[in-house]
Amino acid sequence: MSEGHDAGQTPQDHGHEHPKHELSHYAKRIYAIRDLLIEKGVITDKDIQCQIEYQEARSPANGANLVARAWVDPAFKARLIDDPKAACAEMGIDATSINEFVVLENTEKVRHMVVCTLCSCYPRPILGRPPDWYKSFNYRQRAVNDPRGVMREFGLVPPDDVEVRIHDSTADIRYLVLPLRPKGTEGLNETALAKLVTRDSMIGVMDPLSAVPPRS
Amino acid sequence: MPRGHHDVGGLPGAGSIDQTDHQLSDWEVLADAVNQALGARGIKRTDEMRRAREEMDSAAYREMTYYERWIASIEAILIEKNILTKEEIDRKLTEFESKWGEP
Amino acid sequence: MNLRAGKYRAGDRVTVKLEDRPGHIRTPWYVRGKSGWIERVYGEFLNPESLAYGRDGLPRRTLYLVAFNHADIWGKSVGAKDKVLVDIYEHWLDPAA
Repeated sequence: MSEGHDAGQTPQDHGHEHPKHELSHYAKRIYAIRDLLIEKGVITDKDIQCQIEYQEARSPANGANLVARAWVDPAFKARLIDDPKAACAEMGIDATSINEFVVLENTEKVRHMVVCTLCSCYPRPILGRPPDWYKSFNYRQRAVNDPRGVMREFGLVPPDDVEVRIHDSTADIRYLVLPLRPKGTEGLNETALAKLVTRDSMIGVMDPLSAVPPRS
Repeated sequence: MPRGHHDVGGLPGAGSIDQTDHQLSDWEVLADAVNQALGARGIKRTDEMRRAREEMDSAAYREMTYYERWIASIEAILIEKNILTKEEIDRKLTEFESKWGEP
Repeated sequence: MNLRAGKYRAGDRVTVKLEDRPGHIRTPWYVRGKSGWIERVYGEFLNPESLAYGRDGLPRRTLYLVAFNHADIWGKSVGAKDKVLVDIYEHWLDPAA
């Protein structure tokens, strides 16, 4: 086995985090499983490297770029809603590994929110890995019966006459919320707009940042 | 058949959402990558992994972290498919532990 | 998406089967026995209940986006228009009475 890799390569025996002997039962076992699988030729070290790089290349910036383009270009927005995978391809975002992809458009009258109560499915090829809170039992339990309570924790309080639509993604469909463009952003270009689009606004628990971030 | 321990939508008693995010440890990045690599090679399907997690001990399911559950289900499915045995994983781990040592 | 016609169309009222079968089920407990309507027809997919056991997932099943009024599932709702939407396979749905 190789030794002394740099950060960003296959995690080997760095030991600069927890010393390995302090890891939990299953945390330790993945090292044994990995070595055995490679020894037996089931997967290769390169397979693992490729997956790590693939995952590192995916982040909420992809989604933010889609949203910002949709905000400035109504024709692109229509294409994004009609055929999200094709719209991703237009922008050089590789969404091919998603089986089906649906974009949920927020309006003044409708707010969408997404959960996977059964296991934490998430549009990883677009947004990267889900945040810890999305995978938590508290979110998985409460998102479907108390979506407004969850939104309130993230600072979003839609009026009672706004329709809140909570999607439980139980099958192969992956959902991305297209948040509402904040007021007062008419002068901003696409790059500046993308900075307002947070990961959490594309899950639907909060609105995007406003045009002028509050001074702390 | 009782409600599965994974089927948690609407269960009472949930508290506030802890919004802190943690940087993945090396072993979590590895678990993620091994899982994806096995899928890419057609060794296992996501549906099989989910089913393995549903078959886990319910107390363990609630106590384990997200990636610990992934590793447990990777192991269960590899054993079920006769790709690895528990004994050889145990043996390999014992080898590692003697290398990793104790302080 | 593969949009070969399934049994239901958008707008049809449906009730989720109140069943308790073993195996890998992707119909959450909280919608079983509840009534809503078809919001979208997603087309045919391999059946996860079969894939989960290493089988081929055939025959494909039609998947629907089923919408429910929040209060119809939970008994009450803060927002009168609030909805819960779940992706459900055809074999878990009956026409609503």
